[in-house]
Amino acid sequence: MATIANASELRFALIGTPNSGKTALFNALTGSRQKVANYPGVTIERKTGPLRTPSGRSVTLIDLPGTYSLRARSPDEEITRDIVLGRLSSEKTPDLLLCVADATNLRLALRLAIELKRIGRPLLLVLNMIDIAHRRGIEINLDRLSAELGMPVITAAAVRHGGTNDLLRRIDELAFDETASEENKWKLPTTSELRAAQREADRIIKIAVQMPAKPDTLTARLDAIVLHPIAGLIILLSILFLMFQAVFAWAKPVMDLIAAAFDALGTLVRDTLPAGLLQSFLQDGVINGVGSVIVFLPQILILFLFILILEDLGYMARAAFLMDRIMGGAGLHGRAFIPLLSSFACAIPGIMATRVIDSPRDRLTTILVAPLMTCSARIPVYTLIISAFIPAKQVWGLVSLQGLVMFGLYAAGIASALGVSFLTKYFFWRDDPTPPFMLELPDYKLPRPRSIIIALYMRAKIFLQRAGTTIFSMMVLIWFLASFPRPPAGASGPAIDYSLAAIVGHALTPLLAPVGFNWQINVALIPGMAAREVAVAALGTVYSIQGGKEAAEQIGQTLAGHWTLATALAVLVWYIFAPQCASTLAVIRRETASWRWMAVTFGYMLALAYIASFITYNVAIALGAG
Amino acid sequence: MDPADRPTRKSPRFPLGSAERGFCGRIQTIEVASEVSDLPGEELERRLIELGFTEGAYVEILHEGIFGRDPIAVRVNDATVALRRREAMAIIVT
Repeated sequence: MATIANASELRFALIGTPNSGKTALFNALTGSRQKVANYPGVTIERKTGPLRTPSGRSVTLIDLPGTYSLRARSPDEEITRDIVLGRLSSEKTPDLLLCVADATNLRLALRLAIELKRIGRPLLLVLNMIDIAHRRGIEINLDRLSAELGMPVITAAAVRHGGTNDLLRRIDELAFDETASEENKWKLPTTSELRAAQREADRIIKIAVQMPAKPDTLTARLDAIVLHPIAGLIILLSILFLMFQAVFAWAKPVMDLIAAAFDALGTLVRDTLPAGLLQSFLQDGVINGVGSVIVFLPQILILFLFILILEDLGYMARAAFLMDRIMGGAGLHGRAFIPLLSSFACAIPGIMATRVIDSPRDRLTTILVAPLMTCSARIPVYTLIISAFIPAKQVWGLVSLQGLVMFGLYAAGIASALGVSFLTKYFFWRDDPTPPFMLELPDYKLPRPRSIIIALYMRAKIFLQRAGTTIFSMMVLIWFLASFPRPPAGASGPAIDYSLAAIVGHALTPLLAPVGFNWQINVALIPGMAAREVAVAALGTVYSIQGGKEAAEQIGQTLAGHWTLATALAVLVWYIFAPQCASTLAVIRRETASWRWMAVTFGYMLALAYIASFITYNVAIALGAG
Repeated sequence: MDPADRPTRKSPRFPLGSAERGFCGRIQTIEVASEVSDLPGEELERRLIELGFTEGAYVEILHEGIFGRDPIAVRVNDATVALRRREAMAIIVT
């Protein structure tokens, strides 16, 4: 029994250079049974999954962040180093290291393998994508390679059905060879040691690998167009446009369907249960709360489908190459482009998509500015106020003034995002050197549907589990604020007037009066935290208009009667900047694993909103719009 | 020494960062002058080596960006690496 218990505790770790197909191999070996969590205290994903060898041994497989060396230049490479060296107290040292190499591109991987040998742990080299190497006519003498490297070498084709059978069988034979473990001789390699290791790797390649007489030129031919200074940018913009369209438009029918289903469920609850607290809690708190989380799922899945396909194709590194100079000017990483673009649909998938940015610092900057991009939830607020206050006239003969204001709101969002990222870099990371832009452009490869489906499934699960709990609890809190205390018997005004939200709204009046907000606006801001567009319905409620969102036109007329133009403009400007979305804050909290960054986002956005609204209101008053 | 190798020894050394698109040659040495990059010199040298920029490696500038012809995509033996011209100034080629 003891041996079985020991065997079940076996841990293997996958380690390899970026683009070695490590994650595809991990997906092929563990399927959908993998677990994704964070390492304690950091945002780096910890991916583990169970694996069963043909002889029935069960193993926990860990997918380590990609690295060229154990030198650890970034927090995720530190994780790799600490796990491999057994320095992380929360993790058991792996019993076996599987160094994954792209069989078509061995140079850097063999250098890493030579470095890993110094650790003295059981180690084997997995030549991944061996099928592609064969097809290209690359001949690898496995016995020779194994003898020169001094470690077992196994081939695998992660994307092929059955491509990992040989690997699993050999693991069985090798894993329990007790002789392999030796003293750890690893220390920080000097430049001359790195050079020596690379020379050794080059020597071994010369002996064991024969490149084809006619090399594969597909990648070079594609790159001639894809990386062309002009054609390349046109292709990139077309892909991004298609992606934006998909996230924005294709997700719409499904999102409407989900929203309708939750509405129907809410109605069912309202009709079944007697009016009262329980009914209100289930309908407005639970069902609306859960609905408001699930409604984002189509956008997230579509966005990640694009990202995963582009990543697996090898396009993502090229997009970063094309965008490097453009984004770099604002202190953003080339890869920040996709998350920021997605944030025009919704900041939640955008913030989740910042995972494509390797550098934690660049990722954090992108997360901080993503909510400034004008998301689709601001549109109902903008259109309501614009149509009520901005005259529908033409300026300069052909442009509609309303359209111009809308454009200005979008432009202000983009400009402030770039400005904030520039300032963030200047203030937070001024003394910290910018990591240089240096990355490998991998050969193009066809993505494998199974691997993409597994990854999509994992994303959906993470979103629903992690964000779901936080967003849901915030929704319940907002419901509580808007519902308690209950209106006294015989009350004439809308129920929200008697709630904590109204008390808070009234309390905020002295604070928000300088920006032109009346107490009705302040009260509506609180349920508006659930989602920006909810503010429209909330304003309707506060102004005692029945009919919710359908009555938007009527709300517009009421507002036109109650607000001055200066107030209306101040509200518009407020909505460009204000952190009016509990879900986004919850996702920031989850993605950065810290309350601190959530608070920073909330604070700086609130400050921007207040200052900008204050200026807008007072300038408008001065110009006679009061 | 093979006589065919001699001309390369005499040909001028210059940084890869200032080479034109289409340039092919071999790396002579990695030489990090101060202020080349935001990184300390030795760190930049290590990173370049880790991406395969070692003495004797074949390099070719395949592509360049639209603004300031930056960054560049460089063939290094059988792999392609993207980097900025600024960091490529440390790679001395012939």
